[in-house]
Amino acid sequence: MTTTVMRDTDTGAEQPARLLAEVRDLTVRFVSREATVHAVNGVSFTLAPGEVLVILGESGSGKSVTLRALMRLLPPKRTVIEGSVRIAGHDVLALSPTALEEFRGAVASMIFQEPMTALDPVFTIGTQIAETIIRHEGVSRAEADRRALELLELVQIPSARRRLAAYPHELSGGLRQRAMIAIALACRPKLLLADEPTTALDATVQIQILLLLRKLKEELGMGVIFVTHDLGVAGEIADRVAVMYAGRFVESGEVGEVMKRPLHPYTQGLMGSTVHAGLRGTRLAAIPGAPPDLSRLPPGCAFAPRCAFAEPVCRERLPEEMHLPPRHMARCIRVAA
Amino acid sequence: MTSVYASRDPRDRGGPAQPLLSVRDLTRHFVLARGVFGLGRSAGVVRAVDGVSFTVAKGETLGIVGESGCGKSTTARLLMRLIEPDSGEVLFDGETVGGGGMELREMRRQMQMVFQDSYASLNPRLPIEDSIAFAPIVHGVPKARARAKARELLAAVGLAPDQFAQRYPHQLSGGQRQRVNIARALALEPRLIVLDEPVSALDKSVEAQVLNLLLDLKRDFALTYLFISHDLNVVQFVSDRVLVMYLGRVVEVGPVEAIYRTPRHPYTRALLASRPSMDPGRRMTEPPLSGDPPNPINPPSGCRFRTRCAFAEGVCAEREPALSGSFTGDAHLAACHMTAAGSGHSQAPGRG
Repeated sequence: MTTTVMRDTDTGAEQPARLLAEVRDLTVRFVSREATVHAVNGVSFTLAPGEVLVILGESGSGKSVTLRALMRLLPPKRTVIEGSVRIAGHDVLALSPTALEEFRGAVASMIFQEPMTALDPVFTIGTQIAETIIRHEGVSRAEADRRALELLELVQIPSARRRLAAYPHELSGGLRQRAMIAIALACRPKLLLADEPTTALDATVQIQILLLLRKLKEELGMGVIFVTHDLGVAGEIADRVAVMYAGRFVESGEVGEVMKRPLHPYTQGLMGSTVHAGLRGTRLAAIPGAPPDLSRLPPGCAFAPRCAFAEPVCRERLPEEMHLPPRHMARCIRVAA
Repeated sequence: MTSVYASRDPRDRGGPAQPLLSVRDLTRHFVLARGVFGLGRSAGVVRAVDGVSFTVAKGETLGIVGESGCGKSTTARLLMRLIEPDSGEVLFDGETVGGGGMELREMRRQMQMVFQDSYASLNPRLPIEDSIAFAPIVHGVPKARARAKARELLAAVGLAPDQFAQRYPHQLSGGQRQRVNIARALALEPRLIVLDEPVSALDKSVEAQVLNLLLDLKRDFALTYLFISHDLNVVQFVSDRVLVMYLGRVVEVGPVEAIYRTPRHPYTRALLASRPSMDPGRRMTEPPLSGDPPNPINPPSGCRFRTRCAFAEGVCAEREPALSGSFTGDAHLAACHMTAAGSGHSQAPGRG
């Protein structure tokens, strides 16, 4: 699947031939009169075509903001984005408004947690898909309708022809999510950005959507960046995982590696506090305290105030990225390279 | 904090053998209004809770699981009488509530509830200390004593009173607010707490803190819990017995080990199998169930799960299976024709 293996953060290293996305030192700040919120603080990663990167984090970790920055969906007046974002050859942060419109949908597209708010309630599913195709590719309505039907079949919506005429409120949660995926795929994007798309779904439906996304990725060869707070979801769909805390990747690596041998105390804490079978009758190893205020980030490691292993140096200086083969990174002084 | 009830609770009537809560045939249907354009032939009825029966023993935690629309939250609201049931009987420690039995007000003293949305369940204009003291004051506790008690409870849920008592809900994190809601539920010294998705809106690291707290409080205050959640792992962690609901009906109930180790109903099996494996080396290849839960308006005839069940046969459409065990006195019950002897299903065990 991935043709090249490279370290994520080697600045100036040789560029592999087929990188789909390359993000360097991304920072996002929300500026208002009262405060500056440092939502993303230097995130770097690469993604190969057909690869699934899961960004794992809790609320306020900056995972959704990172995703939105890749599509420039953040309010421009209040947001300062720095760093570089290259997706399929496009310098995303430098795109003109017209180029950005072309880019969204055709190169990268996004699915959201709540399809009811992402879909337009006054148009049928078929119309919304067809509009997208006509807008981007200038084909006839008949051709767009034909493609819309194909797409509903692709996302495995039963009685697809009938569902083209359905309004979003007439569909169940699972079907709505499938319809949103169909719209996102309408212009054959190379990169799919998924923001907690299964979080609001019932357990038996969540697994269906995860398996669908996995299958679509295989068939269409898209790269996927998938944001979630759920370790189990990461385990089902990720090739690589990046764990995010206070706007930074504190750990990243192959999903099996990270889940079997978490290096960063935060990742370890997250796994210890995830309830699963076999913990009955024990006390959960909860992480004490709460995530930091992003408008007043501490100078050193942001996790230090909650970390059982913190030393004075952790509070003074941001720990370097430490790399272990194969491709396992953690920002923690306890990890020896 | 040591146990509040050093000896047996004076409010205990029937002793340990009598269930604290006993629910029989609880039913609530919601009649839908006709569509705006008058197109609907019949208005339709949502059978939200349809003949649900169970008991909660003193000191145990009964977990209720199910997907959206299964009626688990409606059941909680019916028990608290936040919604009036159409029919059915609820006995609290052997006594009926209302109509000559225990007064509703007295029942609510002994049975309190914690909701999922920690923000919506607190008055934004009251400091949290006042929110916690509110119910005791309404029930006649002098103000000063109610306030002192509120501060004690804040400490019990892990919020330093000096630091937190005067804060407003918006000044707290989600986890802290849920702790306040738990403290408030404890303020009337209830015997039973109905917890409706109490940790579902919390981050995982905070969820673990709150679950630990709930287990500590249960022990310290000698509580009984009815714990409602869609999260199978959380329910397994906290419950002694588990009840599985589907479209307004109980499909399976039993001790937690039995439900998780040897589930009998195909829906319970599918629900358990839908959990992500947490092991990237053993990924799921086929979803255990296809489709969404059907609309609770006009549910399928017979067994309501049959439209998604791989084992459905003619009998499943004709007759609704009753909750039954596999031997007399079995605590593990399932409502499936495949487990009922002589039901007519090809996989049912023989009679006797």
